[in-house]
Amino acid sequence: MQPRPIALKILDFVSVILLAISTYLALFFAPTELVMGEVQRVFYFHIGTAWVGLLGFVIAAIAGIAYLVTKNMLWDRFELAAVEVSTVFFFITIALGSIWARPAWNTWWTWDPRLTTAAITELIYVAYFMLRQGIEEPEKRARFGAVYTLLGGISAPITFMVIRLFRSIHPVVIGAANASQEKMSMTSDMKTAFFFALFAFTVIFIDMIWHRLRLSSLEEKVEQLKLNSLM
Amino acid sequence: MKSSSPSLLKATFAIVRKDLAAEFRSFELISAMLIFSLLVIIIFNFALELDIKTREAVNAGVLWTTFAFAGTLGLNRSMSVEKDRGCMDGLLLAPVDRSAIYFGKALSNLAFMVIVEAIVLPVYSMLYNVNLFRIDLLAVIILGSIGYTAVGTLLATMSVQTRMREVLLPILLFPIAIPVLLAAVKASGGLLAGSTFAEIMTPFNLLVVYDVIFIAIAFMVFDFVVEE
Amino acid sequence: MIEVKKLVKRFGLKSILRGLDFSVQSGEFVALLGPNGAGKTTFLRILATLSRPSLGQVKVAGHYLPQEAAQVRAKLGVVSHMPLLYPDLTAEENLQFYARMYGIEGMDARITEVLGMVGLEHRRKDLIRTFSRGMQQRLAIGRAVIHDPEVMLFDEPYTGLDQDASEMLDDVLRSVAAEGRTVVMTSHDLARAEDLATRFDILSRGVITASATRADLKQTNLLSFYKQSLED
Repeated sequence: MQPRPIALKILDFVSVILLAISTYLALFFAPTELVMGEVQRVFYFHIGTAWVGLLGFVIAAIAGIAYLVTKNMLWDRFELAAVEVSTVFFFITIALGSIWARPAWNTWWTWDPRLTTAAITELIYVAYFMLRQGIEEPEKRARFGAVYTLLGGISAPITFMVIRLFRSIHPVVIGAANASQEKMSMTSDMKTAFFFALFAFTVIFIDMIWHRLRLSSLEEKVEQLKLNSLM
Repeated sequence: MKSSSPSLLKATFAIVRKDLAAEFRSFELISAMLIFSLLVIIIFNFALELDIKTREAVNAGVLWTTFAFAGTLGLNRSMSVEKDRGCMDGLLLAPVDRSAIYFGKALSNLAFMVIVEAIVLPVYSMLYNVNLFRIDLLAVIILGSIGYTAVGTLLATMSVQTRMREVLLPILLFPIAIPVLLAAVKASGGLLAGSTFAEIMTPFNLLVVYDVIFIAIAFMVFDFVVEE
Repeated sequence: MIEVKKLVKRFGLKSILRGLDFSVQSGEFVALLGPNGAGKTTFLRILATLSRPSLGQVKVAGHYLPQEAAQVRAKLGVVSHMPLLYPDLTAEENLQFYARMYGIEGMDARITEVLGMVGLEHRRKDLIRTFSRGMQQRLAIGRAVIHDPEVMLFDEPYTGLDQDASEMLDDVLRSVAAEGRTVVMTSHDLARAEDLATRFDILSRGVITASATRADLKQTNLLSFYKQSLED
């Protein structure tokens, strides 16, 4: 097995440090929010993971298009890596959102546009994994995967628009709840923690994509060795 | 004997004609969709205790859920027929543009869905004493069905080529089709609740936008799901 | 008619065809023989424009693949072990559908002609689901020649046919070949191939390993030639 490249080792190290600092900033440095209290502190990680989650899905759709145009399998691996990492981050986002919602809005789940779209987006990418799993042939898997991420990437924002429209006309029990989030004004210390979390998660995201890409190429080597031994 | 590659339009209609002729002989697909639709409506009736008051609020939802479920049944069947007997190869071997195959299959699927809707709607009207025969409502139903089959035909072409086959289609299709289903429910629900056409303009426009976007995308990527 | 140079087809990391060279002159009837998994069907699907080559040059009926696939399709007739017919349509309706897909003028006359050729005039108005396997396969050949193709590809056309049906199919294949068409056929059945083909190519592990014309086989029979080529 090849050793990890030096740059990746450094990035791993940086990621861990950044995560630690970001945790410190979120839990101790940022002041307690007046209305929502301590629980608001999940907000920093909630936004951090949501940001890279969305970023990954956008990257996946772009990588999908790039694959369809160039037919280079590297793009397929990139797309898969982005979707896999983002699906995990997005799951954390939804879980953290739920934890936040419980004391803030007195419910684990609200059918607010953002949460609902997040859940549907997550389902789209779970469907993506099932689709890939059902196809043996790598090129076909790559083509179908690319087409599906493209459809998902277009459908998700439209879903968001439709749900917002739907909900604004049919007010729900806690319809006004997310207004507090939008109005939440941040002090400069909060902003520091907020932007640092965005930065930290972006670096962690890059680190994980890198690992996933490396895993893919190792997988391919194993496949190749198996084939060679059969010959 | 002379032959020349047929135009996109001619090839598309050759496929539609073939599908309709086969279906009107066996009625396998339409009858399956119909019986399934009626069963779904009956189940909803008991599950939701559809008394007059709740019914008004959920009519549109029940109808669209029914159409969506029945739709996947039809889409799966229509594409499996091509796949199972190798007929998809027959289509691909013809000197016609790939998009003729997409449009042909999508139009046939749309026709099946609309036929089923045309039977389910009056039955539903009778059962629950609501008037569903309004031009504006029919326009919404047609637009919703167009969007649903446009993306459904593409995804069914993909799913029949995978190991999980029929099982996979609803899983792939529903999350992608949520915007069109929600907009359709919103628009139909508004009309049934007595809104004017102007009041449902927003969801109506969303339906049009969804249809245009997804027909365009499916048209562009269809090549990639049939080539090898 | 068919020119293939250094054709490679990969599925993922697996190479099915590995630098295959192959050429067929106009009017030849080539039987492509080889063990299961040698790549016969894959190769035929590439010639049929259904699959794209990974590397190499493929030219069919004067056009390059995959760039000019549309032109090739118009000159190509393909019969596989599946009949590619719709069971809920009659023989006539099936042929009408394909005639429309190939833009054939004077459709009805051509359909009558083709049904006569495959000996199914009397079943013109019958549903395909009532046809025996052998009749379906004959109609499949009718479907494949409806646009009078220059090149024909047969992929295991005898699969699932009994003795009588096979013999009737022989006659149809012979008459198809007699019209000056170029034919490539894959088959497991050496005896059938020996009766029909003018040249025999052995495909093994993704390349053509041996080739012999009917004249070359004067001294030996096809079976021993086949066995010998695979041993080398």
